[in-house]
Amino acid sequence: MADDILAQITEKLLIGETERVVALTEEALSAGLEPLVIINQGLLPGMEEAGEKFSRGEFFLPHLLIAAKGMQEAMALLEPELSLRQETPEVVGTVVIGTVHGDIHEIGKSLVGTLLSVNGFQVHDLGVDVPLERFVEKVQETGADILGLSALLTTTMIGQREVIEALDEAGIRDQVKVLVGGSPVSRKWANSIGADGYAEDALGAVEVARQVLGLGV
Amino acid sequence: MRPMLKLLDDELVRQIIDEAFGLLMDPGVRVHNDEALELLTEAGAEVDLTSSIARIPESIVRDALQTAPSEFYLHDLDGESVVHYAGDNVHFDPGSAAITILDRKTQKQRDPTTEDFVDFIKLVEMLPQLDAQSTAFICKDVPEEIGDLYRLYLALNFMRKPIVTGAFGKDTWWTMKELLVTMAGGEAELASKPIAIFDVCPSPPLLWSDITCQNMIDCARSGIPAELVSMPLAGATAPVTLAGAVVQHAAECLSGVVINQLSQKGAAIVWGGSPAAFDMREGTTPMGAVGTWMIDCAYAEVGKALNLPTHAYLGMSDAKIVDVQSGLESSGGTILAALTGINMISGAGMMDFESCQSFEKLVIDAEIIGMAKRLVAGIEVRDEPIALTLMRSMGHEADYLVSPHTLKWFQEEFYIPSEVIDRCSYDGWQSRGGKSAADRASDRVDQLLGSYEARPLTDELRVELRRITTVAAQDFGMDELPPLPIA
Repeated sequence: MADDILAQITEKLLIGETERVVALTEEALSAGLEPLVIINQGLLPGMEEAGEKFSRGEFFLPHLLIAAKGMQEAMALLEPELSLRQETPEVVGTVVIGTVHGDIHEIGKSLVGTLLSVNGFQVHDLGVDVPLERFVEKVQETGADILGLSALLTTTMIGQREVIEALDEAGIRDQVKVLVGGSPVSRKWANSIGADGYAEDALGAVEVARQVLGLGV
Repeated sequence: MRPMLKLLDDELVRQIIDEAFGLLMDPGVRVHNDEALELLTEAGAEVDLTSSIARIPESIVRDALQTAPSEFYLHDLDGESVVHYAGDNVHFDPGSAAITILDRKTQKQRDPTTEDFVDFIKLVEMLPQLDAQSTAFICKDVPEEIGDLYRLYLALNFMRKPIVTGAFGKDTWWTMKELLVTMAGGEAELASKPIAIFDVCPSPPLLWSDITCQNMIDCARSGIPAELVSMPLAGATAPVTLAGAVVQHAAECLSGVVINQLSQKGAAIVWGGSPAAFDMREGTTPMGAVGTWMIDCAYAEVGKALNLPTHAYLGMSDAKIVDVQSGLESSGGTILAALTGINMISGAGMMDFESCQSFEKLVIDAEIIGMAKRLVAGIEVRDEPIALTLMRSMGHEADYLVSPHTLKWFQEEFYIPSEVIDRCSYDGWQSRGGKSAADRASDRVDQLLGSYEARPLTDELRVELRRITTVAAQDFGMDELPPLPIA
């Protein structure tokens, strides 16, 4: 019975039936399954398979993102249960991410956030047009390992440098790795503003995030 | 007969427009610009100042469509009306605002400089297939904050053709206007014979950001034409269905027409865009995708149904080098755009989505444009009867090559490409170096740049343009502009 529910969670996650994933997660909890078991044996195997299928070209972004949505919605149910038990799922690292002030471009940033979260990072997405001080506050509040700064315009890229300067002023620059991204962003720009890393695309961002934390790729 | 591409039937166009009207009421449009919100409130739209959402009733939109002109001209610097935004006329300009160029020697992307930009403007002047200039890429040897106006400054020094441009800030727009007014010889002169058009870009879905909205208002009030560049990304920031993306495009553009016309009735505004069919594997915005082309051509049909001038970013490629992919993608978009009768087709030279400009690709694209223009000129009856009299007089002789009739018509009937297009024998091709199209294109770039002759510009004007630009640069820590490369 338990195995059956877990297998169904994996299956429904993979085919993008988010509502079923949530219902099955509730069912699993009422059946007395431990939240960590639901995560590790139901949800994560589905996410891993989705990731593998994406790498093989069998899955496309909509498949991957709807699976991630299923995972996120199930996690919203499981998180209160985990904190009741004082348990935490294994987290690879904590990430604060957002698009810098003056820039309202969302997709690239959200794609990176989602891919990081399905790869085991805990992601705090601050959204778009994020003021400098909000990044600094959130890094301080969460003790984030990584700060991701997105910008799509040549005119707003400057905001990435400003956030790094603000981290410096707050005296926390050495506590967090800063990754920058966005269409006009290049390695040269990343180096020139003292960022710790940069990636061309969302999958690259996951690799870089693992690298800067000294994890294998 | 002018050949036309039709992707939508009248019923579908009507439904798209109806649904766009529906979207303007619910969920409405987000307008992050106070002046526009005031204009909309005064006009009777339902405006929520907390959320900045404006719900615009159909009647207001209908009024705006009544006052928006169906046609207007752009003029070259000699005052000739060379671009006629109207009906099914087609004109071409290079894709604009790239952030890199493909280096002419290494064929790798690098940061563009002043010298590159000036060369590019000269090259566009020399290519007869291109009807207008564009502020094609952003020079990295000046502060980012003046990236927009600096391009216009450089272009004005070397161009004759009108220019498609855009501002990145609210203040920089005014400096750009000052440059244009200086060039035109006065505000009234600029308004009566516009030499530039500004791209103004809503953000998908259904949002006008402060800067671009202000640019649109300021253009309208200064008699400077503006071009709406709505860019639904089907499947990412817009419905994945092509028709759905066209509905979103229509709603965004209609809201733009309203704000523009409320700012100044009768202001010239163009129904344009740069949509894309989102790539579901790479998460990118392919300009060479057939889905992208179809959204573009379909929205242009909607614009025509509303009796507005049209524009599209088409004829670009996602390739990273000048190769087979760049040729096939640029041809597809260019030809479909021409067949749709889009008034301004921006894209020549552009590759790597909308990121990189290439001199070599530009001269190849010019050939594609030449072919596309020939195609839409259609097949005409030059003589009456078509061939009967001529062929009877020729009998069974195959002497048409020496016939006066051939001499009279061949240059109009055929599009004759430059040597970028190889049509020699195999031996002939080998004896000319056995070069690829990209290499032949490179030769042609050298040749054209070598034969560029500047339009005379008075020292006085040159000094004034430089003074205006230098003042703007000094606000951002640059005391002296890079030297102007004058031959």
